[in-house]
Order: sequence, then structure tokens, then C-alpha cells
Amino acid sequence: MVALTDLTIAEARDGLLAKEFSARELAEAHLTAMEAARGFNAYLKETPERALAGAEAADKRIATGDARALEGVPLAIKDLFCTDGVATTAASRILDGFTPHYESTVTQNLWDAGAVMLGKTNLDEFAMGSSNTTSYFGPVENPWRRDSDNLPLVPGGSSGGSAAAVAAHLCPGATGTDTGGSIRQPASFCGVVGLKPTYGRCSRYGIVAFASSLDQAGPITRTVRDSAILLRHMAGFDPRDSTSVECEVPDYGAALARPLKGLKVGIPKEYRVEGMDPEIDALWQKGIGWLKDAGMEAVDICLPHTSTALPVYYILAPAEASSNLARYDGVRFGHRAENDGELLDMYEATRSEGFGAEVRRRIMIGTYVLSAGYYDAYYLKAQKVRTLISRDFATAFESVDVILTPTAPGAAFAIGEKEDNPISMYLNDVFTVPASLAGLPGISVPAGMDGDGLPLGLQLIAPSFDEETMIAVAAAIEARADFDGSAAAQAGKGA
Amino acid sequence: MTALIQGATGDWEMVIGLEVHAQVTSNAKLFSGAATAFGAEPNTQVSLVDAAMPGMLPVINGVCVEQAVRTGLGLKAEINLVSVFDRKNYFYPDLPQGYQISQFTQPVVGKGEVVLDMEDGTERRVGITRLHLEQDAGKSLHDQDPRATYVDLNRSGVALMEIVSEPDIRSPDEAAAYLNKLRSILRYLGTCDGNMEEGSMRADVNVSVRKPGGALGTRCEIKNVNSIRFVQQAIEVEAARQVELIEGGGAVVQQTRLFDPDKGITRAMRSKEESHDYRYFPDPDLLPLELDIDWVTDIKAGLPELPDDKRARFLADYDLTPYDCSVLVAEREIAEYFEVVALGRDGKQAANWVTGELFGLLNREGRTMADSPVSAEDLGALIDLINDGTVSNRLAKDVFEEMALSGKSALAVVEEKGLKQISNIGVIEAEVNKVIAAAPEQVAQFKSGNENVLGWFIGQIMQATGGKANPGTVNEILRKKLSG
Repeated sequence: MVALTDLTIAEARDGLLAKEFSARELAEAHLTAMEAARGFNAYLKETPERALAGAEAADKRIATGDARALEGVPLAIKDLFCTDGVATTAASRILDGFTPHYESTVTQNLWDAGAVMLGKTNLDEFAMGSSNTTSYFGPVENPWRRDSDNLPLVPGGSSGGSAAAVAAHLCPGATGTDTGGSIRQPASFCGVVGLKPTYGRCSRYGIVAFASSLDQAGPITRTVRDSAILLRHMAGFDPRDSTSVECEVPDYGAALARPLKGLKVGIPKEYRVEGMDPEIDALWQKGIGWLKDAGMEAVDICLPHTSTALPVYYILAPAEASSNLARYDGVRFGHRAENDGELLDMYEATRSEGFGAEVRRRIMIGTYVLSAGYYDAYYLKAQKVRTLISRDFATAFESVDVILTPTAPGAAFAIGEKEDNPISMYLNDVFTVPASLAGLPGISVPAGMDGDGLPLGLQLIAPSFDEETMIAVAAAIEARADFDGSAAAQAGKGA
Repeated sequence: MTALIQGATGDWEMVIGLEVHAQVTSNAKLFSGAATAFGAEPNTQVSLVDAAMPGMLPVINGVCVEQAVRTGLGLKAEINLVSVFDRKNYFYPDLPQGYQISQFTQPVVGKGEVVLDMEDGTERRVGITRLHLEQDAGKSLHDQDPRATYVDLNRSGVALMEIVSEPDIRSPDEAAAYLNKLRSILRYLGTCDGNMEEGSMRADVNVSVRKPGGALGTRCEIKNVNSIRFVQQAIEVEAARQVELIEGGGAVVQQTRLFDPDKGITRAMRSKEESHDYRYFPDPDLLPLELDIDWVTDIKAGLPELPDDKRARFLADYDLTPYDCSVLVAEREIAEYFEVVALGRDGKQAANWVTGELFGLLNREGRTMADSPVSAEDLGALIDLINDGTVSNRLAKDVFEEMALSGKSALAVVEEKGLKQISNIGVIEAEVNKVIAAAPEQVAQFKSGNENVLGWFIGQIMQATGGKANPGTVNEILRKKLSG
């Protein structure tokens, strides 16, 4: 008998409908696992009452034959999504005491499909980071450890809590958000599947905004099939988000079995960066081999402006963030500094106390690049280069159907490593940022291990709104990689 | 009509530009569905978006866009089919987002024009530079508590049209004429109620001075002046200040100032608020605003007749002076009332009654045209009774007042009060004979050449008939009897 926490979403859903176990048992099993694995610090808030109440309601519906698509499936929610009646922190002190009385569209879609909330997961503060070490509530530990030493490792970020929870079997699936790689990179570090949809596919309403033109919600799961299942419900047009696209949501699950014969996969030469880890390169080559085996043709392509993507991202994202985070001023909600001074003193004290170092750094960068005298040279210029990056992909997709790259330049590193140099931290995003800037869908699939037993992921990038092709090709990689995530699952049980 | 300031070193010309913030007439706000009604309890008309709660996003209200386009068309301006919303970033408690959504580089409306009809009969044209849509901020109340400022967000997010004029205005009177004309156009269009007391229309006044024919001087901006009278005063005071400063050897510093109506001065705002770098950038939560040309054409086709066109038509169709026409077209309701009264009647007579008796009544009772106690049809009927001799012009004024009090028609009042004019020759002859018989002295005066005593006779007959004798007939019969 498989442990309930070892079930995928598809298996859990099927098992519930077949009445092999109850939604209550399923929720309880996960809540117990969460309690035992608190050492990872993956959850910021556990919501057992909600989970059990939801499970009970699910059991009633299953009994009467009224089960919805995700009835009774327990999920973890990144603490960047506003959840009605449940404190939402964005892993920041500045949202101290803030409980939204409204729900994000994406999570409401999941509840409307019958899913049940286990809790809110940890993240880098305001989604700014690639390691989940900037959270006000402490770092998240990756359930994976190196064979060679026993140092705690980062799960990646910013959706580190969600990725770690999925990898350690503390939930069968979780929501994340991805702005420059915040779903894909932690998925790669934790050996799980992370999908960032096309910009505009999922609604941003009710998600604490970081960079408006880049943020996208997406699923983190253990299988490609599960990501297709969750995406189906997370996605959809929302009139409350003006950047949401009115485009039908297909049955992503049906794409899994699509034949790939004759499809072309692009291999961009610019992603073979200097000094690249040979293990990453080797895995990439393996991936190409798998796809050829599946009947696809590998084509060398050029994405000439790739090297400009990281600087462009680190101009545009902080610029938008500096404006999006202006509302956190202590006036209406959240933390307000004890202060006898004037208005300006209150603002300065509140925001200095409320925001962590990385957030303050990005606000300052963003303010700088928008300021008079610098706007043209930085912000405007970066927007122009962004168009060139988009065009690179558009041109490439005239000759290929998907693009295959590594997800990250290496495996998970130790907590505390790279802390002294923000730039080396930013380099984690080098493979994920270009697709974000172009608004394209991307997925990371666990494909292999490095020499130290740590997971490595491969990334697929597809044309806008072609998540179906992306999912089909991802499934082909998954089947051939036959990745074994049991080490993390074990760690989850014994943490 | 330039008003020059006489300085110590010669004449100075005032160069004035006005930026008017006009609240759009709409049920909901520019980017949220919250209500916009004036006077609600504080913080009762605030949506999550207006309060800038985490995760909230703006969604454009098409009605506000339509109102802005309608206004642009009324100002004979270019409508930009593509425009962009930009964020204007600064911190203040009544600005919950920490930025105002506005339009910086690509506004929805471009160049236009307003024609002013000055009192001396001349026409002045003031250019419109642009019109853009932006969010209004909330209200900060500093006087509720000595140690705290209260913030009311009801106004936060209400749609404003910022209408910027070219610096074509040259005097306080021109500025007043411009504001009145602009307000009239907005009210005609129904896009803004122009109510400066309630704050639905506010003006920022840009003032500089120069020697006639010289280069433009440095300007100062006087913010948030909320009455036309204050705008005129602020311009006078600020221009005088600048002239004195320059003639005293100083230089005008470009700055934002406030007008203090109690002290009659302008003063610089505290320096912290001056040095703003708004870091404008296109709002990434909104798509560029793209308008369909057919949609704009339909709006244009549906515009009401505007003041300038109506004035021209009145001048052509009715026997009125240009001044009469200006008065009648100032408010759409007045013009429409007038035309009902004037239908099939003499335009000048109708205009006199409207601008004379009716305006007098409305002013006395503090009413507007919209709730006039006498309808246009009823007034027209009264005029008919004058013209067909049923009631005299003088008594008609009493009838009018009674109509206002009772709500009854002219004929009903005339009959009830027995005010019908007496035109029967026999009756009048009898009265004339009576008066002549009783006043031999006055008869003798008349016969000896004193024409003025005729007035006395008429007065007597009017008294005897309770004012109802037809004065024309009385005059005719009197003369005949006295001369014969």
C-alpha cells in the first residue's frame, strides 16, 4: 500500500474517486508529515482546520457523486497569493498583521475545483531571490543533501518553500510564481516539475505584485501530468486583471500523449556559456538524445541577445518593483514603525524596518533606473533590448517547435554560500530570465543528478500559449530520464 | 484685451496658462467600480483597488474614456486613437498606491481651442495644449485633530480630466472668461458638473510676466485654486509680486505656490514638495488605450449643440444683441428654456422676460433653471396674454410672481385675480370723463401747454381701474378729450 503522501495528484484524485481512502485521511497524512518536517521551514503557516474542513466537504461530495475535478486534493500555496481570512506575508515583516479579506483568482479557481489548502509556503521576500534565504521568517532547507557533505542546501527561489514541500512529500502539489525563474529554478534544485505559463495565461489578481510585466503563477508538482492537471484550473481569463488574455484553456492533460515525431527542438548555442559546468552540458546532451529518440529533430538555433537578458531583467524588474512596493508605507495595513517624527520619518522608519536587505536593494536600483537623467539610458534602453530578445525567440520559433536548455547553471548550493555577492546570486537566473522577458511559457523537468547526488533540471521553452507542445515534450524527457526523487521523499519523512 | 501692469521700469505683460482638473461625471471611478457621489461618509466609497491593497489591479472604466473623448471633441481637439497610461510616483498618505495613474507622454486628447466672448464684444482664442485622464487622490484632513491627519479615500481613484491651456491668457478677466467658457462647455456636454465649491473643478494657475514683445519670463504655478474669483485675485497678486521682485533686482524662481485668499498673497509651498522626480513610466498593469475611429465618430455625431454654435444660431435666428445671446447660451438649460418661450413669439421679448423677470425670481429664491417654479410653456402663455391685450405689461409682472407662488397658469391667475386688462372703449371713456370732471385745474394746465400733467391723469385713471385699464387706449382717449 503506497503511503498517502507518496501519491501524485492524479493518483490521489483517482484514489479518492475509487474510494480507496478518504479526503480526510489524505489531508491528515499530509498534515502529519508537515508537522514532522518543520525543520525544513517550507511552510510559513499550516492551516489544518481549513484543510480538514475542506476534506470533510470533499468527502460528502464524493459520496454523493458531485466530485469536482480536484475534489479533496490537498495543495500548498506560496505565501504571495492572498488567501481570504488567512494571514499573507510575502515573507516580509512589512505585512505583519495583514490578513486579506479577498482571495486571489488563481487560488479561488483551485478551491472552486474542489482542492483543499494545507498551508502557505515560505519564499524569498516579495519573491525577490533565487535561494529562499531572504525570507523574514528564515531560510528554507532543501530536502536534498550532497553525498559528500551534510550541509543544508538552498531549495532555490523564490518559490523555495513550495518546491521543497513538493519534493519532501509534504504536499502533492503547490502553487508558485515565476518572474525571472522563481518556479523553474527551485524546481530544478529540488528535483520536481515547475511550470511557468505564458504571460497573461493565469490571472495576477490577488497575487502580491513584484514585477507586473513578468509575474506569472504556475504549478509545482512531482510529475508533468500533475502540472498539466493543476495548470488547467489555475489558468483562465480574468476581467479583473487587464493583462489577462482572453484565450480558451485547453485540456492540457490531453497533450501528454501527443506524438512528437517530426517536431523540432531548438538548441541555442548562446546558452553554452563560458566556464559552464560540464555535468550540466552532459545532461543537456543526454536530453537532446532522449528527444531524438522520441522522434524529434534537434536543430541548432541562435538567440543572439541572450547575454543581455540578465542585465535587462535586473533593470526592468526592480524598476516595476520599486513602484509596486510603494504602497507598503505603514498607512493602511501592515507594519508601521513607532515614531514621533513627521510623515517622512514614519515612512522611512517603517520601510527600513519592514523590508529586508535584498528588497531594499532592488527598490533602490529600480528607483535609480527610473529617475530623471537615467530613464532613457537604463529603463527605456532595457525595454528596447527586451523587444530584441522577444524577436530572437519569434525568429527561432519559425524553424523549431520547442527549445531545450539547462534550467540552472548548477545544482543547489549551501545556505550561506553566495550571500556576500548579490551578482553571483543573480547569475542563477541566466537560463530562465530570457523566456520571462519574452513572456513565453517554460517548464523545468528533473532530468538527472550531479556527481554529488543533487538534482539537475532541463528547461523547455515554447511559443506563446503553446503549453501543450511544451507539456508533451516535457513528458517525453520525464519518461526517459526516469528521475528518482525518493531521497528527498525519505528526507521528508525523517527530518 | 491685455491688462498691462505699470511697473517702475515700464509696462509689464502677464502671461497666463491654466491647468484645469475636472472631475468626470460618471457613476464609477476611473479604474475601479466604487461610487463617485459627492458627500458620502468618509471611506465608504473605496474599493480594494482604490485602497491599493496587495495584489489589486486597475481595470479601465470605458465611460470615463468616453467622457474624455466627448470633452476633447467639444474643445475641437484632436482625439489620439492610441494613448498610454503612465505611473506618476510619489509618496503621500492620500495616494494609497504610492503612484497616481496618469498620462504623460501620450495623452488621449491633443490640441484644441476655446473661444472667449469678451465683454467688450471682442473674441479671444485660447489654445488647448492637451487633455489627459488621471486618477484623483484622496483627501487629507489636517484640522480634525491637533496631532493627527485623517485620510478619506472616497475621492481616491475618481477620474479627472486634466485640461491644459496654452499660455495664451493675458489678464485676470480673460482667465475668468476662459474658466466660465470651459465650465459651460463641460456642463453642456454633461462630462463634468463644473462645481468648484464641491471641488469637481479646480485650477492650477501658471503666471509669468514679461515686457511686451519680450521673451517669456520664468513662471510660478499656483496650485488648487478653487473659485474663479480667487483665480483672478491670485493672478493679480502673483503678477504684481513678480514685477516687484524683478524690478527690485531679483529673479523669479520657478516654484509651486499656494494662494491665501484671507491674506491676499501667494506663498511658496514647503520645499520638500517641490523637488519631485515623478519617475514616469508606462503602467505595466494596463494595455495602451486603443480607440476605434467609428466609436469616436459616433460620439461626435451625438454631441449636443455647443455654446458657440448655439450663440451663432441665436444671433442669426432671433432679433437679439450679441450680449443677449451670450447670456442665454451660458447654460444649456437657459438656452433650452428660452427657445421654448421664444417659439412662435418675438425673440427679444422672450429674452427680456427670461433674463429679467425669470432670472430675478431664480436669484431671489436661490433656485436654478432646472427647478424653475414657472415652466417655459407657462411663461410663453403669459407673453401671449400681453400681446393679445388680455393683461398689461406692468400687471403681467404681478401675474408672473403669482404664477411662481401658486404654480397656476397665466390665464388662471389673471382670471382669479381679476387682472384682465380693460380695453373696452366705453368703460374707459366713462372713467376718463369722471377724472376730467373732477380735475378742472389739471385740465387747464394741460390746455395751457403742460404735457407732463397727462401722466397725472393716466395715474388717476389707473388707480381708479385698479391698474387694469389699457394704457394705450387710455392715452388715446385722454388726449382726444383734453384736446377737444
